[in-house]
Amino acid sequence: MSLSNEQLERYSRHIILKQVGGKGQEKILSGKVLVIGTGGLGAPAAMYLAAAGVGTIGLVDFDVVDLSNLQRQIIHQSQDVGKAKVDSGRETIAAMNPDVKVYTYNELVTAANIKDIIRDQEYDFILDGTDNFPAKFLINDACVMLRKPFSHAGIIRFQGQTMTYVPDAGPCYRCVFREPPPKDAVPTCRQAGVLGVMGGILGTLQATEALKYILGVGELLTGYLLTYDALSMTFRKVKLPRSGDCAVCGEHPSITQLFDYEKPTCEFGK
Amino acid sequence: MKVQVNGEELVLDKPVNIKELLVLAKAEQPDYVTVQKNGQFVERDKFEETVVSEGDTIEFLYFMGGGSR
Ligand SMILES: [Zn+2]
Repeated sequence: MSLSNEQLERYSRHIILKQVGGKGQEKILSGKVLVIGTGGLGAPAAMYLAAAGVGTIGLVDFDVVDLSNLQRQIIHQSQDVGKAKVDSGRETIAAMNPDVKVYTYNELVTAANIKDIIRDQEYDFILDGTDNFPAKFLINDACVMLRKPFSHAGIIRFQGQTMTYVPDAGPCYRCVFREPPPKDAVPTCRQAGVLGVMGGILGTLQATEALKYILGVGELLTGYLLTYDALSMTFRKVKLPRSGDCAVCGEHPSITQLFDYEKPTCEFGK
Repeated sequence: MKVQVNGEELVLDKPVNIKELLVLAKAEQPDYVTVQKNGQFVERDKFEETVVSEGDTIEFLYFMGGGSR
């Protein structure tokens, strides 16, 4: 692949970076990232990945745009209310950067479809932007089994956290959080609220990890949980050990098949 | 006696176990928090027998969902 004159100009601020250069930009253009959930985290992540020139972006979401989403899900605009989120996301990306090919999956990720979605374009990196623990554990388990790197993130109120899993390089999400909390034991953004920018901060950190992975530069958040508290304006990087007895990535895994913690339901008209 | 809890110094007048520390340090969701002592995970069934002593570094790691809707 060689860069066109238009691409040399569009990505000039990348190309001038010694860690990127023309070669790195070509890697980004050949990069394939799957964004699961096009909400608070996935929206800004997908937009920065698209602007950066990630050549293949997959968007997974079963939901439609709701007016209450627009406070933080910046890939969707006022006129998109009622539209499928993946369609709204695709339109925004198409207007941003013609170099990006977008694949959409208008469905809920489940044990039955997640491997096929990840394999559909053999994505290099998965970005978890989902809002619920059954999905977060499912994405973790699928990525461990398919040996795919992924970025976890979560946001609530004025707080956020993120970590990056890379096969054989560090702990998975399940090493740290063994199994999902009971339903409604831990509040969701819908119940507890979230400052809109939290998705922007954590989502763009996830996009940064995806780009670093594609470029092979720097140090990923592998083996670390980065936590952010917006009220005290504090970032903390907590070193994580790997659990040798982890149920999915440990030496003798007890989870060898994907499963759903909750029966998938479509909450239309919620 | 001083310990570090999530990066902040906490002064204790006597040694406590993890279960007691969760209360003293006002951990949110104490039933679902992941606890690390000096860089190693402490299993939930070891919370009572694991005593915190001078200079220990404790991390409470919380579940955070959020993101999509
Ligand atoms: Zn693990």
